[in-house]
Amino acid sequence: MNKKVLINLFLSTLYLSAFTFGGGYVIVTLMKNKFVDECHWIEEDEMLDLVAIAQSAPGAIAVNGAIVVGYKLAGIIGVLVATVATVIPPFIIISIISVFYTLFRENRFIAYILDGMQAGVGAVIASVSIQMGFDIVKANRISSIIMATVFVLSLYFKINIIYIILLCIFIGVIKTLVQAGKKAV
Amino acid sequence: MIYLKLFISFLKIGAFSFGGGYAAMPLIESEVVSTHHWLSAAEFGDLITISQMTPGPIAINSATFVGIRIAGVFGAVAATLGCILPALILVTVIAWLYMKYRKLSMLQSILAVLRPAVVAMIAISGVKILMQAFGLNEMTIESIRLHMVVIFIVCMVLLIKYNKNPIFVMAFAGVMNLVYNILKF
Repeated sequence: MNKKVLINLFLSTLYLSAFTFGGGYVIVTLMKNKFVDECHWIEEDEMLDLVAIAQSAPGAIAVNGAIVVGYKLAGIIGVLVATVATVIPPFIIISIISVFYTLFRENRFIAYILDGMQAGVGAVIASVSIQMGFDIVKANRISSIIMATVFVLSLYFKINIIYIILLCIFIGVIKTLVQAGKKAV
Repeated sequence: MIYLKLFISFLKIGAFSFGGGYAAMPLIESEVVSTHHWLSAAEFGDLITISQMTPGPIAINSATFVGIRIAGVFGAVAATLGCILPALILVTVIAWLYMKYRKLSMLQSILAVLRPAVVAMIAISGVKILMQAFGLNEMTIESIRLHMVVIFIVCMVLLIKYNKNPIFVMAFAGVMNLVYNILKF
């Protein structure tokens, strides 16, 4: 069982990492697709917690995402397996490109394909966000308000993600203290 | 020793690049161009272009690119290891704490606030990629790229209605744009 999980973890993260065009959230979205919807190894709520952890530490979200998913599925060995698998594709691709990079940069066909993939990446993220957004809206009203507020704060007011995470932690702590206070009375 | 220098330099980048991706860029620039002169400003620009065109986090791509140009494959390995080591330790520790203490009511309510925030952040990353893909960043009518909007809609239908594999959809988007550009001429 454990060996099967490790092999699957290695191959999945290797495959996903080779296609993380457009930044770290793409791999997070693809991981959610794979490990939550397809394999049912992680629950959706838990996946969101893991993404929050990946985000609150320094470093690339893709690598941090692999670390938390690896840890959740197979402990320290899972971390190493998932991290190595995530690093291999960019490592190989950049090594090759660093040799031929002027040729690569000036190839028009490659540029068109990569350009078009942006729309595809956007669609993948949009479809997953819509589905998760609906789950949140169905769950309760306070969560919906938090989601909408963070969306506006970050997109229009360009508030740094670190401050938003700290604010969320602060609100969570206040909420617990208020609830504890009510119980005491 | 050059391997150690590369390792330490990218260890710093890995430890202090909060927020991932573009947040790491100024830090990489200062280490690689200003401090150590491993790359010229023009080469750094090329590195960013290549990073945008290929999968993988920008920090890992930079580590591989710089490492290989300065000290070959082993240089790339040293730089990449330095880059992921801080996250490897820190994220694993946070994940361990999460698994151990997530039943606590304080952590429960913090996570309840964080989850909708994470969904919003994932959605925003999608919005940003799409703004770029659709040419909405320049805010002029001529800059809008309608064919990308069409490709996006096709991708959404494939994803939501037909449940197609996201990686297939991303690659298909690239091919659609290539075909469009070939037919245009």
